[in-house]
Amino acid sequence: MGKITFRIYKDRAFKIAVCTLSMLSLIPLFLIIIQVILKGASAINWHFFTHLPLPPGEPGGGILNALLGTFMLIIIAVILSLPLGVLTGILLSEIDNKFTASLRILVNLLQGIPSIVIGILAYIWIVVPLRHFSAFSGGVALGLMMLPMIIKSVEETMKLIPLSLKEASFALGVNYTRTILKVILPAAAGGMASGIIIGISRIAGETAPLLFTAFGNPFLNLNPLKPVDSLPLLIFNYAMSPYAGWQRIAWGASLVLVGFVFLLNVVVKTLAERWKIKF
Amino acid sequence: MENKILEIKNFYAGFGKKWILRNINLAIYKNKVTAVMGPSGCGKTTLVRCINRLHEISPQAVYKGDILLDEKSIFSVQPVKLRRKVGMVFQRPNPFPAMNIYDNVISGYILNGIKLSRREKDRIVEESLKRAYLWKEVKNELFKKGTFLSGGQQQRLCIARALAVEPEILLMDEPASALDPTATLKIEELIQGLKKKYTIIIVTHNMQQAARISDYTAFLMLGELVEYDETNRMFTRPSKKVTEDYITGRFG
Repeated sequence: MGKITFRIYKDRAFKIAVCTLSMLSLIPLFLIIIQVILKGASAINWHFFTHLPLPPGEPGGGILNALLGTFMLIIIAVILSLPLGVLTGILLSEIDNKFTASLRILVNLLQGIPSIVIGILAYIWIVVPLRHFSAFSGGVALGLMMLPMIIKSVEETMKLIPLSLKEASFALGVNYTRTILKVILPAAAGGMASGIIIGISRIAGETAPLLFTAFGNPFLNLNPLKPVDSLPLLIFNYAMSPYAGWQRIAWGASLVLVGFVFLLNVVVKTLAERWKIKF
Repeated sequence: MENKILEIKNFYAGFGKKWILRNINLAIYKNKVTAVMGPSGCGKTTLVRCINRLHEISPQAVYKGDILLDEKSIFSVQPVKLRRKVGMVFQRPNPFPAMNIYDNVISGYILNGIKLSRREKDRIVEESLKRAYLWKEVKNELFKKGTFLSGGQQQRLCIARALAVEPEILLMDEPASALDPTATLKIEELIQGLKKKYTIIIVTHNMQQAARISDYTAFLMLGELVEYDETNRMFTRPSKKVTEDYITGRFG
């Protein structure tokens, strides 16, 4: 009898330890969010989203340039990395030989390359030949960062699709290409979309590869061959400035960025629920 | 003698260096139900997967010998074309999860890029579902996902999908093994109705099922064809001792 009570206590102690430790790990996250909201919320209003930053000393000013710049960079990165990533992911999930095995290792390697190094590469490949900083070069750098994430999510989602589905399609006389495009890809679409959105939320906060590619720009620019600003770049520049007004803008931009990433994660969660496919 | 539709001649199949089927000789008759039975691992599934050349998609698959469909070697036609004449229903129901019931039935046309008019589509869907005895149960929810149906309904949906493309032969690989007795009964009744129009080859390890539904039975063991005869005769007067032992339940 005594032994059982001991086990119950042991069980309870374990549960308490697990709960406490997981609470502890969440503390930094809550601190960050509280800090960002406290400092950033006061900066945010409609004006903040629709106006350009002002010179130091003038009250107000917004982040329109960085918002549009960030969206532009994300769009360029997605356009460049999505087709390559999806095709490579299909290849890796479908074919198993020495070539794809080494390709898989290279993809892992690419994922491990520090973002600053990718920035330098984009600088040498694009900024130097074109002779100026540009949104395009920044998009290429971010696209390169996103590529391995897309490849992996496509590969892994496609591998989860049961073979029976492919056989069902073959048995109807459907050829290989159509089977992949019309049966396997649609069945994997939900998972792939989640992977891509997670990828976007990762690159949205990247700063290092943009330092010498997108460069930053206090003015409104929609030309992909000219420098643009991005939220993390703006935060980096304004947070380091000595002006209180600019620092406030940096906090506001931080809140916007955190909110954007949070929103993307919510979208992924709902997508995953809605597109969840039962086999 | 009945009309031969399919003839398997000196046929071997396997993976890598291992033959799973050895020297199979067998003729399948038109508009009959032929059951392929035998203990697990005897090569039943491999045999039917060779008939629509699905065996070849497995890595290391090998085969030799010949299979004639309407007196023409199936290995001389494109697998894609062959599979439109030889439909298949699998062991586990596998409707396309991204499609609704309606699209699942005509998926053979959709996926092959064959355009149909709205009226033709409606007709094919209704006819195929009726033939698969599923129409009454789903006619009001044709645009729901096929995966919301019960297992037995999903399997009949897969049968409707195979019938929609009008095959000559329907291969069924233990179509009822994942289903409960009521659903099994429905599938068996369905098979009886289908043989007027199609030739059916059904794999089963269930002897009673073979006896109930088939006209001919092939008994395979360890990759070899032990006996092939009319079902009635095989179950009453088997010519080989092994067959008798198997059907009287002495092993297997």
